[in-house]
Amino acid sequence: MALTILKRIIRAGVLNFKRSGLVSWAAVLVVTITLSVITALILFQAVLHFSLSQIKDKVDVKIYFTDSAPEENILQLKSSLEQLPEVTEVAYTSADEELRLFRERHASDYPTIQALDELGDNPLPANLGIRAREVSQYENIASFLKTDGQAVLGSPTYIYKINYYQNKLIIDRLNGLIAGAQKLGFLITLLLVLISIVITFNTIRLTIFISKEEIGVMRLVGASKMHVRGPFMIEGAIYGIIATLITLFLFLPATFWLGRNMTLFLGINMYDYYLANFFQIFAILLLSGVVLGIISSFLAARKYLNK
Amino acid sequence: MIYFNNVSKVYTDATALVDVTFTVEPGEFVSIVGHSGAGKTTLTKLILSEEAPTEGTVFFESLNVHKLRGDELTKLRRRIGMVFQDFKLLPNKTAYENIAFAMEAVGKTDEEIQSDVPHVLELVDLTHRLSHFPHQMSGGEQQRLAIARAIINQPELIIADEPTGNLDPVNTHEIVQILKRINDLGTTVILATHNRGVIESVDKRVITMEKGKIIRDTKENKHPK
Repeated sequence: MALTILKRIIRAGVLNFKRSGLVSWAAVLVVTITLSVITALILFQAVLHFSLSQIKDKVDVKIYFTDSAPEENILQLKSSLEQLPEVTEVAYTSADEELRLFRERHASDYPTIQALDELGDNPLPANLGIRAREVSQYENIASFLKTDGQAVLGSPTYIYKINYYQNKLIIDRLNGLIAGAQKLGFLITLLLVLISIVITFNTIRLTIFISKEEIGVMRLVGASKMHVRGPFMIEGAIYGIIATLITLFLFLPATFWLGRNMTLFLGINMYDYYLANFFQIFAILLLSGVVLGIISSFLAARKYLNK
Repeated sequence: MIYFNNVSKVYTDATALVDVTFTVEPGEFVSIVGHSGAGKTTLTKLILSEEAPTEGTVFFESLNVHKLRGDELTKLRRRIGMVFQDFKLLPNKTAYENIAFAMEAVGKTDEEIQSDVPHVLELVDLTHRLSHFPHQMSGGEQQRLAIARAIINQPELIIADEPTGNLDPVNTHEIVQILKRINDLGTTVILATHNRGVIESVDKRVITMEKGKIIRDTKENKHPK
């Protein structure tokens, strides 16, 4: 019997959707807009995340050593740094290696190379490049170097310079900026999604308002609440399903265009990202669309059912 | 079957019923007559518990109608068939579906629906309108459809509230004949109307109302035919 009821409810919902014509499609349109906002925000978050991680990658702390520092001690410091949980990578560059890299970088810059040759000696210091998991963790690493790091190294005189103290201001600012951007992104997302949900809810409420009399008649005929409400909820689910398909389809050309023309600006190819995450986005949209449709219908119909 | 005991109904701005007491026996055909605003519709709404009385009680057999909650009320309404002046059909459903919906509501099987709906449509002479929507049908046809829906679940009572109010004399006559036939088959009928002609063609018990009071009940001083 339960199966028969479910079958009847689904059939009635599909029929209602078809027969309501324009009203149904207006509701689909509004749900489509909501889902488009959600998709756009998913893509925006991807861009934000990607840009931030790129900026974060550019930050590191370098320790430059004096010529007197023995390589052995430097490598010892390297391995003790690698044991810190905050550190993702420590790269050692010897003085000779640094010189070679410098020559490579400035291969076409003749005056510089000439000046270097004039010097005869290698003016470049050996160094350790340290990367942290989070920008905010560089401060801890710097303080580690100041205390324990020097003990490992043997003598404070071996360290020529730590560029954290020169970069501190920039790192701190960047840190604030990243936190701010993430917070702002989240707030905007939340706000837009909320607005969309309210609009969708109201539209669905209007479509059910049209059926206000019908709901009363159904109750008079002796239909149970679920029998009256069920078809409306099915209609809501249909709005969600169709809107999901439309949204997914609309974003194909949109992201294709962005991928072709905006990849350099955004730093990420939107089309590739969209296709790579297609099923995840599909799942998110379908779930939001269907849940939004069903819950809105449920709440809207309840108002007239309890009269 | 139905017992009104000293029932009064006061709306915020008007008094609809004043101390109304009467009884309807099973199988009776009772016409309630009176001008608009005499309290006929309020009376029918009280039986269905669409409205609650300000004072007094309404019983349907042993059930105090206004003490029923949710489920029990739904069950009561399934035992009563309603016919309205404005038909109250479901505009988005065809003639067939309108009746099928009433059957689905009480949990009939698909087989029962498939066999009973054509039957009842034949009874009200609407077989040719099976797949039409209400707005494609005339007023008389819509009311006949509404009656078919009201009787499909074999209710014990039919309440018709101004069923002929929107119809021409020919259709009015037809509707009255259908209601009489239903009554002959054993169903109790309560017919509210302001149309004297209808009452005369029914020729059964008449309760006359004025300003919320019963001023005459032919049962009390009825002379046998």
